[in-house]
Amino acid sequence: MSRSAARYAAIGGAGLLVLAAPFLAPAFVTQFTFLWLMIVFALTWDLMGGQLGYNSFGNILFFGIGAYACAVFQRDSGLGYYEALALGAALGGVLAAAAAAFLGLGILGLRGHYFAIGTLGLGIAAGEIAGGWDYVGAGSGMTVPLFPGALELRSLFFYFTLAALALATFLTLRWLYGTRFGLALNAVRDDEDKAEAMGLYTARLKTAAWSLSAFFLGISGALAGNLIGFIDPRDVAFAGATYGVWMVLMAILGGKGTLWGPVIGAAVFHITQEIFWTYLLGWQRVALGLLIVAIVVFFPQGILGTLREKFPGRFGSKAEVQ
Amino acid sequence: MIDNFLLLFDYPVLSADLALNGLLIGAVFVLAAFGMALVWGVLNIINIVQGEFVMLGGFVALMAAEAGLPVLLGIPIAALALFILGWGLYRLVIFRVIDRDLFVSVLATFGLSIVLQQLSNELFGADVRTLEAGLGTLLLFDGAVALAQIKVLAFFLALGLGLLLWLFLKYSRLGQAIRATAQNPRAASILGIDTDRVYAATYALNAALCGAAGALVVMAWAIHPYIGLPYTVRSFLIVIVAGVGNIGAVVAAGLGLGAFENVAGFIFGTEYQIALVFLLMVAVLVWRNLRLQRKRMYLK
Amino acid sequence: MSLLLDVKGVTKRFGGVVANDAVSLSVREGEIAGLIGPNGSGKTTLFSSIVGAHPIDAGAILYEGRDISSLRISEIARRGLTRTYQQTRIYGQMPVIDNMRISAPDVKEGILPLFRRAGRASEARARDLLSFVGLYEKRDLLAGSLSFGQQKLLEFAMALMSEPKMLLLDEPTAGINPTLINGLIDRLKRANKEFGVTLFVIEHNMRVIMNLADRITCLAHGQVLASGTPDEVREDPRVLDAYLGAQ
Ligand SMILES: Nc1ncnc2c1ncn2[C@@H]1O[C@H](COP(=O)(O)OP(=O)(O)OP(=O)(O)O)[C@@H](O)[C@H]1O
Ligand SMILES: [Mg+2]
Repeated sequence: MSRSAARYAAIGGAGLLVLAAPFLAPAFVTQFTFLWLMIVFALTWDLMGGQLGYNSFGNILFFGIGAYACAVFQRDSGLGYYEALALGAALGGVLAAAAAAFLGLGILGLRGHYFAIGTLGLGIAAGEIAGGWDYVGAGSGMTVPLFPGALELRSLFFYFTLAALALATFLTLRWLYGTRFGLALNAVRDDEDKAEAMGLYTARLKTAAWSLSAFFLGISGALAGNLIGFIDPRDVAFAGATYGVWMVLMAILGGKGTLWGPVIGAAVFHITQEIFWTYLLGWQRVALGLLIVAIVVFFPQGILGTLREKFPGRFGSKAEVQ
Repeated sequence: MIDNFLLLFDYPVLSADLALNGLLIGAVFVLAAFGMALVWGVLNIINIVQGEFVMLGGFVALMAAEAGLPVLLGIPIAALALFILGWGLYRLVIFRVIDRDLFVSVLATFGLSIVLQQLSNELFGADVRTLEAGLGTLLLFDGAVALAQIKVLAFFLALGLGLLLWLFLKYSRLGQAIRATAQNPRAASILGIDTDRVYAATYALNAALCGAAGALVVMAWAIHPYIGLPYTVRSFLIVIVAGVGNIGAVVAAGLGLGAFENVAGFIFGTEYQIALVFLLMVAVLVWRNLRLQRKRMYLK
Repeated sequence: MSLLLDVKGVTKRFGGVVANDAVSLSVREGEIAGLIGPNGSGKTTLFSSIVGAHPIDAGAILYEGRDISSLRISEIARRGLTRTYQQTRIYGQMPVIDNMRISAPDVKEGILPLFRRAGRASEARARDLLSFVGLYEKRDLLAGSLSFGQQKLLEFAMALMSEPKMLLLDEPTAGINPTLINGLIDRLKRANKEFGVTLFVIEHNMRVIMNLADRITCLAHGQVLASGTPDEVREDPRVLDAYLGAQ
């Protein structure tokens, strides 16, 4: 009774904080908005890399598809701003999911590092293609329609839509990991041959997982394109050297294969980045590379993974039940 | 696109020109692929920094020439500089990921690739750079096919270096130790081979090879800080097509890739050339995997 | 009794090695069949061929009267024919109980049933089977942290959980504490009787297999050397030769 009451109080408190944050600290609304985006990145990446064991270097592809699909829809549909954005975001999500399902036919048959490198190839190829394709503005990118309202309203609008997206992603995955579908993902991660030999529909499982991951990423791309106001193929849409790597990094930093790990990783990474990045004056990406090496080599368990190891009783895996 | 495709048939000389120029740069791909196969076979890691080694080799050669040294001397200097860098990276990072999951080495070397890429961007600027070797142009077929002499020279130098490496692996003591370690590291270390040193030497040798390749690239073509990843992907592509151990196949695949790229780039537009390389890699991976899946296996 | 599994002239090569050379044998519905043979005689290879882990080079494998040799391992598993592995395979990063949950029979129906809540009956069965193999106390541990012998038992329990019609067991007693082996034999027999699972068992421990099996086939160098009742096989001079010759 008291435990569940404390739980509800905590959830209510967190909810209030999320709602009040942009008013409490109006100067940081944009940073908060990007934090939501980072959380979506890390969560969707971990669905594949952490839960399914398919380490994708190319998930940024779906973000880019969403960003472009929405922008093109907004440009060509002739609808009002909000309608076009809503439908465009939905379209972006669906197209990204469809792309994942289609590409998955071939790519999801690859295992281990072959999958990693194959997806890396896809992500970069997509960026190169978008950079040469006139329909989406080629190398000069695309602008999105102007927000029909005051600047503060604009920031609040994107803060809340992205917060809603992050929350929806989180809740969906939380529910998913509680079902046997989640267990099946882990089974594939631990031993795909065994899972197959036990009669699991591994191909469908992998496709479903990748499509779901792509769906949320596609929507996030649509929203992020509008948040930033401009889509440049290699710096925004298919930004392999920033967002594309951050996804991987944040999930590993927080703890692969856990629900909260990616959220924690995203928060820690984003906050550190916001605080320190500006002092690095252009050397940020060097630091990013170093950070990847350091985390992968010295801290592969991530924050939650390490806590779990140190305090097995409190964080997940339980001790022997007598 | 179709127009360009038809053009190739109307003017066979054009096709020859494209294919020949492609073949020439293919030799550089061969060199980088050799190195990747070596590291893959011996250390069992996939070295994503491969292309950055090439890029850095180019910048070293460039700096050497700017310091007033003869242009061609840039090749050994680049090789030496990259050898040292490779050795250092091995001692700092690579040795820690050798026995770990392959994804760890992929991600760690990917991180290194970002570091080197961005460092070069900060140090040398993002411009496309090239080094004038001062050689003329070779005209074939009554001038219809123009080949820069430096490209021809680079071609033969690259293949010569590849041959040298092959001889080195075959006949030198270190080469034999490397091959023994590749086959069975446990047995090699029981026989008294210091496998850690062998790994370091192999990794450094690979970097040197890429460095020399980079020096050729900056003389015959051009470099910039972000040129690395396509070279990595080409090397990877060549190795998965040709296999880790088959030298002849590596040469054929490398030259073939060079020619393919150039011709395809002409047909689809050079802005898509890099995309084509990456898509080709994905296609080859998927195709090989599907063939294996028919035998109920997968790429390992 | 009708034939459940009929292996007809199955050949499997690995490069130059002929691991199975025109092997023919059969298993009747409801029985416990044994497969013995020296190391490297092709027993595990035969199991892999039967469950569709790799394609065979010649011959046919009839299960319930239908040729399954062109089917994939998952399709065969869905028809109720499953194997356990010599080098156990379990889901190491998942708790023991989740290993059981994800082995429930309805996961073989597609991915939609995965979103259904597992029924009370299924949960109870998972716990019962864990008790059955003596792992109930370990249910919340990560499966990868179990000892080899415990993993072997877990894999057996997972296989039973999936309610197979026929189960191929690759050396179920290997790595099991000798004092527990009698208990395991007992459990195998009970699985056969109570759950009605036809068993086909590879075993190196002669005492175990003689005690367990209704009929035994002996392989040597990839070929069937002898088959019959435990007594017939035990007395066959070729079998003795194969084992002594292999030592
Ligand atoms: N995947 C494989 N690739 C190549 N050769 C194989 C493969 N699997 C098995 N073999 C070979 O086939 C032969 C039979 O092996 P198998 O594992 O079936 O024997 P086994 O009877 O199960 O032996 P053990 O009692 O030691 O488990 C051996 O010579 C083995 O080396
Ligand atoms: Mg065996």
